[in-house]
Amino acid sequence: MTDVRLLTGGEAVAHAMRQIDPDVVPVYPITPQTPIIQTFAKLIADGEASTEIVNVESEHSAMSAAIGAALAGGRTMTATSSQGLALMAEVVYIAASMRAPIVMALGNRALSGPINIHCDHSDSMLIRDSGVVQLFAESAQDAYDLTVMAPRIAEDARVLLPVLVCLDGFTITHSAEPVSLLPDDEVARFVGPYRLRNAVLDTTRPTTQGPFAMPDYYFELRRQQAAALEAALDVLEEVAAEFELLSRRRVGALEAYRLEDATRAIVALGSTAGTVKDVVDELRDEHEAAGLLRLVSFRPFPSAAIAAALEGCASVAVLDRADSPGGTPPLHAELAAALYGSDLELAGHVYGLGGRELHPPDVREIFRGAAAPYVGLRGERCPV
Amino acid sequence: MAELSTWESLPIAGAVRPSGAPRTKTGGWRTGEKPAVDVSLCVNCLLCWLYCPDSAVTLSGETFTGFDLEYCKGCGICADVCPVAAIEMVPE
Ligand code: SF4
Ligand code: SF4
Repeated sequence: MTDVRLLTGGEAVAHAMRQIDPDVVPVYPITPQTPIIQTFAKLIADGEASTEIVNVESEHSAMSAAIGAALAGGRTMTATSSQGLALMAEVVYIAASMRAPIVMALGNRALSGPINIHCDHSDSMLIRDSGVVQLFAESAQDAYDLTVMAPRIAEDARVLLPVLVCLDGFTITHSAEPVSLLPDDEVARFVGPYRLRNAVLDTTRPTTQGPFAMPDYYFELRRQQAAALEAALDVLEEVAAEFELLSRRRVGALEAYRLEDATRAIVALGSTAGTVKDVVDELRDEHEAAGLLRLVSFRPFPSAAIAAALEGCASVAVLDRADSPGGTPPLHAELAAALYGSDLELAGHVYGLGGRELHPPDVREIFRGAAAPYVGLRGERCPV
Repeated sequence: MAELSTWESLPIAGAVRPSGAPRTKTGGWRTGEKPAVDVSLCVNCLLCWLYCPDSAVTLSGETFTGFDLEYCKGCGICADVCPVAAIEMVPE
């Protein structure tokens, strides 16, 4: 029986949380994440989940409590956005280094300043190198699917790292769409019981967790952590294949949309992929060989799969929803590295900062190679 | 010196088990004062044991016995929380 409901992305994540029924959720509210935890708290109050919510005094504390709960043996989830993630960042690095498999929803929102509440990916990029998995949803359905998959990836013995499900603030968190939910018992079976293979806090088998590491061990422990993040790529595909058997939906590291014979392609993260898909369809009707490569997994970065997917393209435009002042924006830099040595033409564009809309005509301009480096910025002129 | 582990052979996240950890004595960090107890006053509430940040209050079963000066830092918290003033900080 399919259970299709009209849900916002935030509500869809809350329903995935209800079905996963984690043991502990330490959380602090922040726009645009708040509807996730608000909906989830109501579901608990209505007796539909048994999670213990810990009302902490800040996001720094939320992640600290999450590490304690996860390593003590409780399945742990949380959620945040923007400044909340910035305040939490110190502890996000520690969660990754302590290999705590925490699942966190990130309602992507621009970092201050100026203060803003709308979407861009600067918050995700702030913790790019923290060692956590970052998966970007395109829609409310995607946010639900990725949240159900996330504990399996986080808790896999080869990974044991925090997994972030990133959903564009407002565009996904607050927009209602039909979302197909799996039956509760199927989700419970899919995620299974929480069994941590790395040492948990256990008075009969005491351990020191998160020990001090001097120059003789720090480097080794960082390498161990990097290997775990690399391994997450295979685990993601395995979990995606298993999830597809249940849902008939496949959300892997990337999605190639009408890319097989495309000569021009756009690479993008998040909800913008939906807009690009519409434009690709229009261009295809006009006999233009346009395609989209949507990246779901930004960390780990699926370089080899990206290079293979874009092999036949003559030109590729990469869309960054975050800038890197004084340098190359993050996705552009990754793409340039992944495609190094190929002779396709790579153009980078920054768009959508602080919630600035990207319209279909902008996407057409990008496909035509006629867009400025900053798309949608007033006063910006195309260099050609 | 023991051979150092490679990244692949280290326990996940470098978690340390007591068997593998050197039991370094840290009482030498004490800075001049140590706790002294008048056991005849002690009512065995175990608040000192609960509050000692260095687990340096010793018990026999559930009975207060004294301090492990190989770990005590002389912070004085035990003396401060003792409800019957059985603990006094004295010069080393
Ligand atoms: S002085 Fe401080 S460290 Fe020493 S026993 Fe008392 S509380 Fe513990
Ligand atoms: S706090 Fe004072 S009364 Fe209580 S156990 Fe310690 S020494 Fe005894």
